[in-house]
Amino acid sequence: MSKFNVLEHEIVPEHHLVPLDEEMSVLKKLNVTRDNLPKISINDPAIKALEEIHGKLEPGRIIKIIRKSPTAGYYEYYRVIVKSVI
Amino acid sequence: MNFNNVSKRIEKIKFALLSPDEIRKMSQVRVITPDTYDDDGYPIERGLMDLHMGVIEPGLKCATCGGKVDECPGHFGHIELAMPVVHIGFIKEIKTMLDSSCKACGRVKLTDEEVNTYRKTINNMSFESDDPEIIDLSLKKIIEIAVQRTICPHCSAESPKVILDKPTTFREGGIKITPKEIRERLERIPDNDLLFFGLNVSSARPGWMILTALPVPPIDVRPSITLETGERSEDDLTHKLVDIIRISQRLRESRDNGSPQLIIEDLWDLLQYHTTTYFDNQTAGIPPARHRSGRALKTLVQRLKGKEGRFRANLSGKRVNFSSRSVISPEPFLSMNEVGIPEIAARELTVPVLVNSFNVDKMREWIKRGSTPRTPAGKYLAGINYLIRPDGRRIKITDQNAEINSDRVDIGWTVERQMTEGDIVLFNRQPSLHRMSMMAHTVRVLPGLTFRFNLSDCTPYNADFDGDEMNLHVIQSEESRAEARIIMKVQEQILSPRFGGPIIGAIHDHITSLFLLTHNNPLYTEGETLHIISYIDVNKLPEPEIKDNKKYYHGRDIFSLILPEGLNAKFKSHLCSGSRGKCEYEDTIEDSYVVINNGKLIHGTIDDESVGPFSGVIVDKIFRKFGPEAASKFVDNVTRLAVGFLSYRGFSTGIKDYDIPRDAISRIEEISNETLEKINKLVDAFRSGQLQQLPGRSIEDTLEVEILSETGSVRDESGKIASSYLGLNDPSVIMARSGARAKMLNIAEVAGMVGQQSVRGGRLNRGYANRTLSHFKENDLSAYARGFIKSSYRSGLNPTEYFFHSIGGREGLVDIAVRTSRSGYMQRRLINAFEDLKVDDERRVQDTVGSMVQFKYGEDGIDPTRSDEGETVDVDYVAYDEFGD
Repeated sequence: MSKFNVLEHEIVPEHHLVPLDEEMSVLKKLNVTRDNLPKISINDPAIKALEEIHGKLEPGRIIKIIRKSPTAGYYEYYRVIVKSVI
Repeated sequence: MNFNNVSKRIEKIKFALLSPDEIRKMSQVRVITPDTYDDDGYPIERGLMDLHMGVIEPGLKCATCGGKVDECPGHFGHIELAMPVVHIGFIKEIKTMLDSSCKACGRVKLTDEEVNTYRKTINNMSFESDDPEIIDLSLKKIIEIAVQRTICPHCSAESPKVILDKPTTFREGGIKITPKEIRERLERIPDNDLLFFGLNVSSARPGWMILTALPVPPIDVRPSITLETGERSEDDLTHKLVDIIRISQRLRESRDNGSPQLIIEDLWDLLQYHTTTYFDNQTAGIPPARHRSGRALKTLVQRLKGKEGRFRANLSGKRVNFSSRSVISPEPFLSMNEVGIPEIAARELTVPVLVNSFNVDKMREWIKRGSTPRTPAGKYLAGINYLIRPDGRRIKITDQNAEINSDRVDIGWTVERQMTEGDIVLFNRQPSLHRMSMMAHTVRVLPGLTFRFNLSDCTPYNADFDGDEMNLHVIQSEESRAEARIIMKVQEQILSPRFGGPIIGAIHDHITSLFLLTHNNPLYTEGETLHIISYIDVNKLPEPEIKDNKKYYHGRDIFSLILPEGLNAKFKSHLCSGSRGKCEYEDTIEDSYVVINNGKLIHGTIDDESVGPFSGVIVDKIFRKFGPEAASKFVDNVTRLAVGFLSYRGFSTGIKDYDIPRDAISRIEEISNETLEKINKLVDAFRSGQLQQLPGRSIEDTLEVEILSETGSVRDESGKIASSYLGLNDPSVIMARSGARAKMLNIAEVAGMVGQQSVRGGRLNRGYANRTLSHFKENDLSAYARGFIKSSYRSGLNPTEYFFHSIGGREGLVDIAVRTSRSGYMQRRLINAFEDLKVDDERRVQDTVGSMVQFKYGEDGIDPTRSDEGETVDVDYVAYDEFGD
């Protein structure tokens, strides 16, 4: 059985890793500090799938999520990776 | 306003266990007698009402601080328990500690190696800043290792499994461990190992989880009350403490006398029971302690928990002053921004007025009038109820002392003035499900005893007048009054954030009235017109049409009087909704659209779609183009015009309006017989196995579906026949077509046929064995046996039909009851989750710590209230408004 990639599932929104050099501009655009961003667990299946592409991801990296929105069409959401339970 | 009174910020909260020493140290008296008062009603020394624990009776002084009733905060006492007992609140913690520590040496059953590694991970965590849930989880994982281990890595002793025999008994290999033993074991755990339980040695020793001394709360916490009969009644907590002391005493005596072990154990268990119920009288596994009358006692946990507990009843929500409640009734001649208040309420409710150099003379004048002033004609005037001196003392104004106090009052005093016309108040009807459930109104003092308001406010409050009551709050500060006027006034709430359209509009008869006034543009004589117009606030007449030298006026022109100049709109009326192009109900093709040009109704019929709540296109357009003031004026005028016209014209309906010709009745009879025949055929096909099965359904389901579709279509068919004889001159049809009340379906039920009754979407099938009623044969699947009603409401239902109809009706009632309780709880959870989220000036949604919830409110940053039914802007309408067709 080939490995299942959650990101390809219909109801999983697009997850993108924000490149390190763009992080500052993203935070500036949103006018927030990193610790005020919504969080995503490093154990989240979507992060695991992203690690397949980008290699190991450290807590603190920013993920851009593009999801469908009934009000705005498409909506960009940002989350910061956090370390999780031991 | 006192701005120095800034609330304090909580830096940190520390949770600790209360040690027996600490209990004794903070205690002012050791309570040893289970009695409260002596025969003279004086508190017994060292009893549960000892004066050292505070005073509740005026005249007495606290023996600890010397304070009088309101000065003494109350002080703790304590009880020395004869034998230790388990604290019910720490059962879980005691269990894990017994499980994870060694019975012999007291160490936590972790190897030295494990201790070193885990100590490091725990020390790396910060109890102050890390997520407490994560800390809790990781500690649990570590402890779990120790629990699983049966042999102590330090002393090699074997510890048998400890079983918790709920609620408070611990057993080891079937033998009970007494609380005394438990305490010894817990005390044996070395300080260094406590880290793994998340305990801080300086503030919590596990042995303290076993009670040896019990704090007795101050008397202020458990006041006794004196009944009218002079009998004293003690608080539930005092009752429970009496039990504890009594048993503790008997246990001490038995132990010291050397009574048999069995008796001591029984008493010990009893002491355990009483202390457990003293904390929580709803502990699973033990019967709740009861009052003499049989009522369960309300002990510590019960005081705090649930809807009636301290948090939800006294902290999250409180009872308020300056409020009143009464039955509501309608008053179409009030504006939608007003509320009628009975005089008796207006005299009781007050507004504080700070006396200053500008109003001091006027205030003196007012005080002189006393508390129940009237004009010479007998009209209500606001009086003064209280004066508040600068030192905070209140003076009640009576007719006797009014004169003297009027001279005494000076700048800096506060005068509590009764309600007067124009004051702003908050008006509310429960359940408060949305923000329009509480709106600001201006006061009108009216005769009578009910609160009154304009009928257009019924929809947002979801009120009717079958006995509904509503609450009214008088605003006490200048800031809140300003805020209420600007954002809470009814006219500011016309557009609902739920769907971005008006929620306030004309209802029921008002819609009927405007329909009759505008449908096919009838003509009225000058006299009639003047009568109708006298109800509304206009000072001009429309252009007359001259016939035979007499002036006549068109209904649409009369309606146009209340439309603001400059209003343009074009839309389909409720009457013509669904019809494409030509509307069969209108005389001319153009009339199938409502056309308003520069504030003049040119074509179409005004009905629910134009002025009703939830749709109200005209109200919506006026609000957006001319603002809340104009919209409220329009709605006020609509109610007055509608009432004026309908009371002149007259409108009523009765059974006669549902009469249809004999041949129509026989045609309905015919088609219903045909359907019965079809259903019989279907049943026969089913019985002989000839029925064609539908995909994805069982053969039984297929039969039911087929029959349901047959009965559905025969009801529609009969409705069509019936309504083909009922035209727009029939009052019921007018109400249904204009959207005032009821649907065409209801008319079909009255005149044509009631049709199939259902429970949970299927035909009726329960009751007796294999049949619905004993009137039918078993397994009868025919229409009549399964809830089909061929009669109409007008012709009357036969007994079995009536019974089936009641079954169907009951389902609706049950559904409503179930739905409201469920959605209520769901709403409570949502509100608690969202209550302190806020939208900042960059339209970001944040919580109180500043964490982001949405980067743009609603993901598009649009306020749904100001949106056009969810869309940002209605480009078509803007173009139409600017350039016409």
